[in-house]
Formats: sequence, C-alpha cells, structure tokens
Amino acid sequence: MATQQEHKFKVIGTRPIRHDGVDKVTGRAQYGADISLAGLLHGKVLRSPHAHARIKSIDTSAAKALPGVKAVITAQDFPEIGPGMAAMGELPINPQHLSLNCIARDKVLYDGHVVAAVAALSPHIAEEATKLIKVDYEVLPHVQDVVEAMDDKAPILIPGLGKGDDGEPTDTNVANHIQFARGDLAAGFAAAEVVIEREFDTSMVHQGYIEPHNAVAQYSSDGQSTIWVSTQGAFTARDQTAFVLDMPPSKIKVIPAEIGGGFGGKIPIYYEPIALMLSKHTGKPVKMVMSRADVLKATGPTPGSHIKVKMGADKDGKITAAEVWMAYEAGGFPGSPVGAGCMCVIAPYDIENLKIDGYDVLVNKPKTAAYRAPGATNAAMGSETVLDEIAERLGIDPLEIRRINGAKEGTAQPAGPKFGQIGFLETLEAAQNSDHFKSELPQVEGRRVGRGLASGFWFNAGFQSSATVAINSDGTANVVTGSTDIGGTRTSCAMIAAEVLGLKAEEVHPVVADTESIGHTDMTGGSRVTFATGTAVYEAAQDVLNQLKGRAAKSWKVDADKVAFQDGVFTCTENGAESMSLKELAGKLPRTGGPVAGRASVNPRGVGPGFATHVVDVAVDEETGKVDVLRYTAVQDVGKAVHPSYVEGQMQGGVAQGVGWALNEEYVYGEDGCMQNTGFLDYRMPTCLDLPMIETVLVEVPNPGHPVGVRGVGEVPIVPPPAAIANAIYNATGVRMLDLPMSPPRVTKAILEKNG
Amino acid sequence: MKKVYVQTTINGEETEFLCEPRQSLLEVLRDVVGYTGTKEGCLTGDCGACSVILDGRPTDSCLVLGVEAEGKDITTVEGLADGDALHPLQKKFLEHAALQCGICTPGFLVTSKALLDRNPNPTEHEIRYALAGNLCRCTGYDKIVRAVQDAAAEMQGR
Repeated sequence: MATQQEHKFKVIGTRPIRHDGVDKVTGRAQYGADISLAGLLHGKVLRSPHAHARIKSIDTSAAKALPGVKAVITAQDFPEIGPGMAAMGELPINPQHLSLNCIARDKVLYDGHVVAAVAALSPHIAEEATKLIKVDYEVLPHVQDVVEAMDDKAPILIPGLGKGDDGEPTDTNVANHIQFARGDLAAGFAAAEVVIEREFDTSMVHQGYIEPHNAVAQYSSDGQSTIWVSTQGAFTARDQTAFVLDMPPSKIKVIPAEIGGGFGGKIPIYYEPIALMLSKHTGKPVKMVMSRADVLKATGPTPGSHIKVKMGADKDGKITAAEVWMAYEAGGFPGSPVGAGCMCVIAPYDIENLKIDGYDVLVNKPKTAAYRAPGATNAAMGSETVLDEIAERLGIDPLEIRRINGAKEGTAQPAGPKFGQIGFLETLEAAQNSDHFKSELPQVEGRRVGRGLASGFWFNAGFQSSATVAINSDGTANVVTGSTDIGGTRTSCAMIAAEVLGLKAEEVHPVVADTESIGHTDMTGGSRVTFATGTAVYEAAQDVLNQLKGRAAKSWKVDADKVAFQDGVFTCTENGAESMSLKELAGKLPRTGGPVAGRASVNPRGVGPGFATHVVDVAVDEETGKVDVLRYTAVQDVGKAVHPSYVEGQMQGGVAQGVGWALNEEYVYGEDGCMQNTGFLDYRMPTCLDLPMIETVLVEVPNPGHPVGVRGVGEVPIVPPPAAIANAIYNATGVRMLDLPMSPPRVTKAILEKNG
Repeated sequence: MKKVYVQTTINGEETEFLCEPRQSLLEVLRDVVGYTGTKEGCLTGDCGACSVILDGRPTDSCLVLGVEAEGKDITTVEGLADGDALHPLQKKFLEHAALQCGICTPGFLVTSKALLDRNPNPTEHEIRYALAGNLCRCTGYDKIVRAVQDAAAEMQGR
C-alpha cells in the first residue's frame, strides 16, 4: 500500500472539535444506562459470597413470591454449552467458559460470580428479591496466589483442564504455556560482564472505567432480539451473546450506546445474555446496570503476576542474553494476556539469545480481561527495571543502554517476525532532547527526589472493519462505521474521509452503526480503530471519489481517467476549461445516475507497532513511603497523528492509569478469598490532585502499512510508567522496588530494610 | 412503597415530582424527571460523576435523597448552557479536547462551574483540589485542568 508520507495534509494533523462533543458537554449523549423503553423492567443479580464453592441447590420461590417480581432465573434457564473452542472474528473463544462466567452452573469460581438473576418493576424490588434467593453452597478450598495455583496440590478450579502425555485430560490450573526461545542462552550469559536476576510480584488491577456495565434487552416473540449496550464492539457483544444463548447471531441486533470508558474491559459480555433471557421470560424490555462493587469484584481486571527476569550484558552494554519466566493470573477461567506479555517483554531490544516462558494460570479471582496493552505493563516492570540495574552496574546512562540495544527495522521480535519501519530509537532521541530530560531535578524540602526512565512496546492490532461513505446533496458526506468510539475515533475517521474528499472535518458526519446497518467490524481494541477502520473509511472515500470522477467525466463526455481532483474541485485534464466543485457535482447526482455511496471492508495486515519512552521525576517521603510524581514526560512514536489532541489524550490517559498501577491500585483479598476493597475509596485511582500536567512528545514515524501513516496509539503509553517510576524511586532512595503497587507501606518497608 | 410529593427548582424551572423515600436524588433526576446527563459511576460518593450544584454547593447527588430536594435549587449539566449558547466551560472542554469517553464530563463541568462561581480566578492547585472528588479515567486530567484555566481566563475577560 502506498504511503502518503510526503503528502501535505489539509485536515489530518489539525484539531477540529469532535463531532459528538456538544452532545457530551450538554448531557444529551445517550449511554447504555440512559436508555429507557415503555414497560421497562429492571434486572439485578445474586452473586456468590464465596471464592470457590459447589452449588448444591438454589431455591428461588421466596424471591418469585415478592410483589413486583416478574422473573427469577438461574443457569438452569440457559442452554448448557458444550466444551470446545469457536472463532469470533479472528479471535478464539471458548463459549462454554464464557457462558459459565456469565452465570455459574455447578460451581462458583470467584467472589462475585453470578448465580441467579431477577427482573422486577423497580431496581429496588429486584435487589430485595435477590436477597430472598437461597443458595446452598458446599464451600471448597480456594487458591489465589498464582505460584501456589501451579502446585500439584493446589485446589483445582476446572477439572480436566490439562492434557497428559497420553492425551488424556489431567487436573491442573495451568491453562496454557507459551515459549519463545532462540540462540544459546548459556553462551550468552557466559559472555556477560554483568548478570542481574530479579523476581517481581504485581497485583491484579482494574481498568477502572467510570461507567459501570449495563445492558437493555428486548426479546421479541418473533425471535428477533435487540440489545442496547455500552460495549467496545457491537458485533463482538452480539456474537458472544449468541454463543451463550445458543442463538444464531443474526437473531440479535446490538445497538451500541455511547460508552463510558472500556480500556479492554468492555470487550467481554456480562449482562447482555442475562437481560435478554429475563426479557424472554417476562415479555418486557429489561435493563440492568452493575454496581461499582460488582464491577470491581466480577468484571475484567487485568492479572496480577509473578515474573522472573535474568538479563546479562557485556562491558559495552550490549545485552548478551535474557531469560524471562512469567505466570499470569487468568482468573476463574483461562485466558490471561500472558501471550501478549511474552510478545512484548524485551521486544524493544535486539537480543540474540533469549528464552521467554509464559504461563496462564487459573486462580479464584474474576476472569481477567484485556486492559490497555494487556500483559505488557507487568512484563515491562520486570525487564525495564533489570535493564536499569544493568546500566547502573556498567556505569552506562540508562538512555544510552537502550540506544545500544534498541530495535530498528529488521530486528527480530522475541516471537520471531522482524520489525518493519518503527520509531523506537527516535523516541529515545526525542526523550533525550526533551525539556524535561535536559532539566535539573527539582528539589523538594524533606523529600528524596529522583529521575527514572523506561521504554515500552505494544504490537497493535488490525482485524476486520467496514465503512460506508455517502455524499449528501449539499456536498457533505456521511461516514458510517461499526467501531465504538471511546476516545475520539469517530472524528479521526471523519477526518480521514474529509482529507480524501477535500472537505472540512465539520462537513463529514460520522455515525457508529448497529449490527444490522454496517458490515462486520471487530471490537474497539488493540489500538486498531484509526488504523483499521480508518483504512476502511479511506478506501470507502476513495470509492466515492472514483464514482464522482465518473460522474464528472460523464457530464463532460470524457473518459474517467481524464478527470483530476484537488482541493474539492474536479477538473477535466483533456480540455482544461471544464471544472466543477464537489459541492456542485453533489447537487447534480440525481440527474447523473443517482446517489453516490462508497463502501469498503478490510482486514489490514500492515499494522504499525508502537514504542514509547517515558521520563519521570518523583519525590519520596522516606518516613511515610509516599511517592509523588513531580514531572512526567511521555514520548511515543504515534505514526501520523490524525487528531493530535486526542493522540496526546491517549498518552496522558495511559500515563495516569500507569501511575495508579505503579503507586496505589491493587486487589486486596481476605483470608476468605473475598475482595476487600470494592469501592473507589479504597481501590484508589489517581485523582486530579495526585498528578502533574503530563507532557507529551509526539514522534511521527509514518506506518507504511496505512494509507495516511497511522499507527495505533492508545495502548503503549501504559507500559512504561510502573518501571519508570520504580527506576526513579531507586534514583531517589537507592531502593529497588520489585513489587506493584509501590504503595507507601511497601516503599517504607523497603527503605527500612535497606537502612537495616 | 408510598411516594412523597416534592417541590424543587431544577435548572431554573420549578419542578415537582413524586418519589419513594429510598430513592436518591440521582435516581430521581435520571429516572423520574429525566435529566440523564447526571451520571452514575459508583453510588458511594467517590467518583463525582453524579455531581450537581445544590444551593450553590457542588454535591454528589447519589448521597442525597430525592426527598431532601424539597425547596432546594439544583443545577445539572443540562442547566449550564444558556439556550443555544454553551457555557464557557463547555466550549473550553471541547476546544481543549478535555473529554474522551465523556461519562465523567457532566460531573467535571458542574463541579468546575461551582468552583468558578465562588473563585473566578483559581490557581492550578485550587482547580486540582476542587476537582479531586471527580474521577476521570481517560484523560489524565491535564486537558481538563487547562480547559478550566482557559474558561476562567475567558470569563474574566483576560
């Protein structure tokens, strides 16, 4: 695909007001919980109070008898889904596990696992009814530590998960083992001047979107159902719901509402099939909105992990070998992002001898979901702090050691494939040239201050997208896609169409369509929308442009290749006098052959990976262990930035989440296996007062695999912060922090241990 | 449950409604009188998505009962614009790209208005302090703080 990197853009790279902006600042935008329908019922669920238990019986009779209750359902009301894998788009999915995660059948696998659901006239009545449901549990021993869960004697969550040498099922909590290896590890370590080996523990953390999960569902007696939901993917929600209810996907229409954040956590379904089943049982539309406690207890956190990193380098700082061992918490069902962690750890560096092992391990915690560069942040905490330690031992600047080893075009990734055009070294250079890097460390009275640096990698995704572009009679255009817009992608897609058609961004009206109004489109995730859906929009706009050229040619009675288009004006290259603006032509469409609409469906392969390098200054209070972020600069190769403000916003948001992950956020479980911090008061995410302004440096190395050079930008900015902050804490105090979060008690303990 | 009759003022309009004593002001605003611009994020007063201005003070409407609105003056996000004209805060949030998903935006706008109403010229620290009860998970707050600074400057004619 030809890149337009030399092309001078008119719309791309500017900062128009987003198309959904006015609706969102006036309160008009409709999120899932804002949907209301005539005759609406309200659904609530009963959840397990145990981390691991067998369900012996469920008595719903008292709940059903409560006035105002219209239906009470359990897993017995759902089809029993058999074992085996299925494909959802390009992604493998296990429908049985998905179904059992939505509503438990024989066993509950974590605190908060759904066991029954109620529909009633009001949410309060539904809530009261759930308390009248009697569940008889046989409580089982639970396991929540990822290393303990790998032990032969650990309680088994799902029997027969493994496969023995004889091919027979075996009992294990290890759902998957991934390994990447190349070169000669022993020889690599033997050649090293310095070898550092460290072990890390990171806590489970939540995506923390402010909007709780929701779903409004209407089952129709003709079998055609509708779901309104805040989801990262309307088609993904539809297909998953179809698996759980054993329905053809085409029998379900998903209408995507506005979405209040997702970060990966709104790719899985939770309430969609339950609301639809309650609607089927009552004949009425049913609305379900999750409480914050339930969001934390039972929806997609990202895994805690145990990580070992051993790395060696010669006296010149060249990494000679790296060995990484990572075990990630899958939660109650298989599917942690440990594979992605394996692909990302040490990927910024050219390393000849390496071995990376990753284990996906069941524990009695919620089933984990994607969270912004899933798996990469945990891994970078290990590798980027070990590299910092090696640099220090060798007396090499931490930025320099990254430059010495930095991946460039042609470098083989840990997983094997070679990088194409990437901008990692450019991020190091830009970091070095940043105001922040060149500045003196600020001094804070009574605090130890330090500076840290870390880099990160995320591969980004492609996947399937569809788009249509239609010309209005006034010369504007409508762009229809199936991609949920979480952070401004509606506008970036409109800008790409505007660029092609010579229009202003405001003259293009973007729409996010339901599953019956656009071709299949995979979820918003993997930093893929402006890349993949943007490619579809670009091609659909080109389709429109070609049709319009044909119309102009027809009216001038010349061949279409004799029509040129620039700055919104068609000109005839054969007898130069003829010209017509797109607006004029748009008004003539009914008389030149009818409406013009273009379409494209793509599955683009030219994904451009993302690299980031972050610099942070911290102040550490040695008495309390509190760490304050004084200054933060995020440098990232973003490819071509379509709307720079929203690119900066992705970087700043990723940093803020990374700072929370680094310093405060963690799942706290009691001896009983139940989560103890189920609210925002004690699941402590960064507030406005906890952060400084977050400086951004956009490095734009265009992605040759995209028509305007777009790379994904959303995910990689969360990867470096914990490691960068750990390195800064070391710089300030001389203490190497090995566990996340680096909360005040942990930092204090580490400082006290160091001081004896 | 028997409902209670409540008279109040919402966005300058005298408003009356019936609500159950157990219903929060947030639930009443959203489900009884239809101001769904006020959002639910936690129901425990920790996220600020449900912020309204209650008799001049920024308030988490999830922590107030609907019946407590009797005789009070309430401003929601729907009450910020003057007809078709956006409030300077709304304009600056758009110009500075101070929202991504937008779910926290109504709460931030309302809390920011309450701040500027009593302190028209806040420092960055005062803005951050005033907004510390509102959680945003998308933006890292940078552009929100800048938008409030810029709105304050514009409203001061600077």
